[in-house]
Amino acid sequence: MRLHSPDDLKTLQAELCNNGHWTGRTLIIPAGTCGRASGANDLIRKAREELLRGEFAHLIRVRVTGCHGFCETEPSILVEPDGLFYPRLKPADVGRLVEATARGEIVEDLVWLDRETGARIPHQRDVPFFKKQRRTILSRSEQVDPEDIDSYLRNGGYSALLKALEGGDPAWVLQEVKSSGLRGRGGAGFPTGVKWEMLAKQPSTQGKFLVCNADEGDPGAYMDRSILEGNPHSILEGMLIGGYATGATDGIIYVRNEYPLAIKHLHIALEQARGLGLLGENILGTGYSFDIQVVQGAGAFVCGEETALIRSIEGQMGEPRQRPPFPIQSGIHGRPTSINNVETWANIPIIIEQGAEVFAETGTEHNSGTKIFSLVGKIRNTGLVEVPMGITIREIVHEIGGGPVGNAEIKAVQTGGPSGGCIPASRFELPIDYDGLAKAGSIMGSGGMIVMDGHTCVVDVAKYFMGFLKDESCGKCFTCRKGTQRMHEILDDITQGRGTHDQLDLLEELALVVKDTTMCGLGQTAANPVLSTLRYFRDEYLAHIDQQRCPAGVCKPLITFSINENCSGCQACAKACPADAIYGERKQRHTIDTSKCIKCGTCRSVCKRDAVEVA
Amino acid sequence: MNGMVSLTINGLVVSVETGMTVLEAARFMGFPIPTLCHMDGLSPYGACRLCVVEIGEAPRARLVSSCTYPVEEGLIVRTASRRVIRARKMILELLLASCPQSKIIQDLAAAHDVQQQRFRQEYEDCILCGLCVRICEEQMMAKAIGFRNRGEKRSIGTPFDLHSDECRLCGACMYVCPACQLRCTYTEPEKAVCGGCANLSPPCIEKEPFDDMMCNMTPCVACEIQKD
Repeated sequence: MRLHSPDDLKTLQAELCNNGHWTGRTLIIPAGTCGRASGANDLIRKAREELLRGEFAHLIRVRVTGCHGFCETEPSILVEPDGLFYPRLKPADVGRLVEATARGEIVEDLVWLDRETGARIPHQRDVPFFKKQRRTILSRSEQVDPEDIDSYLRNGGYSALLKALEGGDPAWVLQEVKSSGLRGRGGAGFPTGVKWEMLAKQPSTQGKFLVCNADEGDPGAYMDRSILEGNPHSILEGMLIGGYATGATDGIIYVRNEYPLAIKHLHIALEQARGLGLLGENILGTGYSFDIQVVQGAGAFVCGEETALIRSIEGQMGEPRQRPPFPIQSGIHGRPTSINNVETWANIPIIIEQGAEVFAETGTEHNSGTKIFSLVGKIRNTGLVEVPMGITIREIVHEIGGGPVGNAEIKAVQTGGPSGGCIPASRFELPIDYDGLAKAGSIMGSGGMIVMDGHTCVVDVAKYFMGFLKDESCGKCFTCRKGTQRMHEILDDITQGRGTHDQLDLLEELALVVKDTTMCGLGQTAANPVLSTLRYFRDEYLAHIDQQRCPAGVCKPLITFSINENCSGCQACAKACPADAIYGERKQRHTIDTSKCIKCGTCRSVCKRDAVEVA
Repeated sequence: MNGMVSLTINGLVVSVETGMTVLEAARFMGFPIPTLCHMDGLSPYGACRLCVVEIGEAPRARLVSSCTYPVEEGLIVRTASRRVIRARKMILELLLASCPQSKIIQDLAAAHDVQQQRFRQEYEDCILCGLCVRICEEQMMAKAIGFRNRGEKRSIGTPFDLHSDECRLCGACMYVCPACQLRCTYTEPEKAVCGGCANLSPPCIEKEPFDDMMCNMTPCVACEIQKD
């Protein structure tokens, strides 16, 4: 079926709403990459089996969606319309759950258990992780089956496109995006509306490009993947609106090859949209033509940089070039090109649908809307959190994230991935927005947020990021290629206990020069992990150099394991030790033979009495 | 596009043709800027970063590579500010740490008063400036060699390291290479003194590590021995 006019689309939406109206309950099973990895497919199979076996099919349906954000608790089930949330399910629990749901009951022992109060919290909206969030983008992933355009249309999908097309005025769309105050979610925070306006003004006889940058390469960041997997049509709709507003003719989604599920869902979405006439020539009979293709990148971190991305799309080696000319003037094959991040595109339909004013109410001045962060590391609740701009780091880490795991204290968060910097706990009252983070020596970045506690060595973290960057630098600029290698070398020396004060000075000097002299954003920010950790945690560096000591107990050459008087002689550590370095009689305090010890930390992780000490 | 733009270089207001790079403009006006990966007749690449200059005014002043940055109306350029000098010295120190045997790098370091090298000494054959890649493609129209891989693993060579039919053994890559003049003279860098001109017979015959020499020419035009 092909839709020939805006009215056709409205009729279809209305029809889908009527026919698809479901009064029963729905088991929503998130099966993004994270869900599938933790066993969501088994839950789906089991749930379908149970529905058939118990003949509940007229009462309950199953909807498979993308990730809802609480990856820590996968595989989980959300029951609609009650909003019941069942975390960390096993396939064996599904039978009970289905039967109870059919009776309209709650399975008390399977719902969320609050560790502080010991209370059971059945509803998702009351779970602390969800409570503080403002989930405008992520909540859509709960409602939509990513492989089914009907499901998207039923939930008001493509209404924003309809609104834009029916308005008949691209300038109005531009103005809406501009006055919404939306800033690029890729990290730099350039106002999207201003970028689009520049693109719209560019003269071009051969067409203009819109690009969706889905080359998400930061370690620990995966919000773009989740959006693409969970709601691919929202990206298509955003790009269609963008094309209409700017006069662009071609859209490209540049997605990394490491995201097979996202690519699959995108291809399905594109085919379905094309089939309905929502993509291609003369969309909905309005005379507006726009088509989108998917380009798969080979997974180079640097290809997230605009000019490298353009070269990669052109089929050349992904390395940045000098700006100016900016992509907006001369991009893919020399034509004007606007590149926006996945999350930016996902915001566009929301802006058009709600109106710019409503959108701008969320967040703070100059930083409107919500931002998705991927909260990972040494924190209790890991997952994707969508919060209004301007929320403090403390709220994210302690209230949504649930604070530290175990009894170690949280000491810092790294925002913005390897290009960002770390922010110490003393500055956790900092409101998160583009300008605030920059002032604190970090960047917003695409939204990775890695939490570190007392057992994380910042020198080791800096070394990890530098190791990542020395592999992922394109290698064109000498200072970036060699600079990251040399910084890694010095950091390695420090973690091995070979560092000197001169080297520390050299590290700082080199970091500043690398930041200054490279061509693209990767190199200019490559020194941030070093500079920010030096700024806030110089004492840890000095402990490594002066005292040959790693305060966090991470750097192997600088630590020794020993067993203290808490030892009950249970022999768990002796059995677990891969190097046979622990000896001692049963029910007697054990001893570690330091000459045999390989410092793997296994004894510490198996000990139930905190008897293994690291110094 | 033909017209003039005026910009300020080291406080001097100058007027140059549109489309020039900052490097061309500065050199035209007589301000020296050191370069390594730049060569007239080849497209600007911006790899060595030695030609950085400071543009704009504080607090938004920044360093850019002058060989790739186009002149703009009203641009303020400083070719030898403290920040530029500090960066250049560090770049030269890094170059010396990687490829001390290059006469060109030695000379540049001497000219910029770089007297120490504080990193762990390496002896690399290639600084990946890309001159050979560009001369092969742009002047010799051969495209026989190119960049491969990224980051630490980046290297230059023929596809799959096989002899390329595109290569006409013209020797242009060796001619432009700032690092290999000495490589073809001697393989023990510590003992090396530049003796390129005094060399009468191809020295690589006596060299053991011929395979590691990253010589892209088989057979070598100088010594005509087969590489494999």
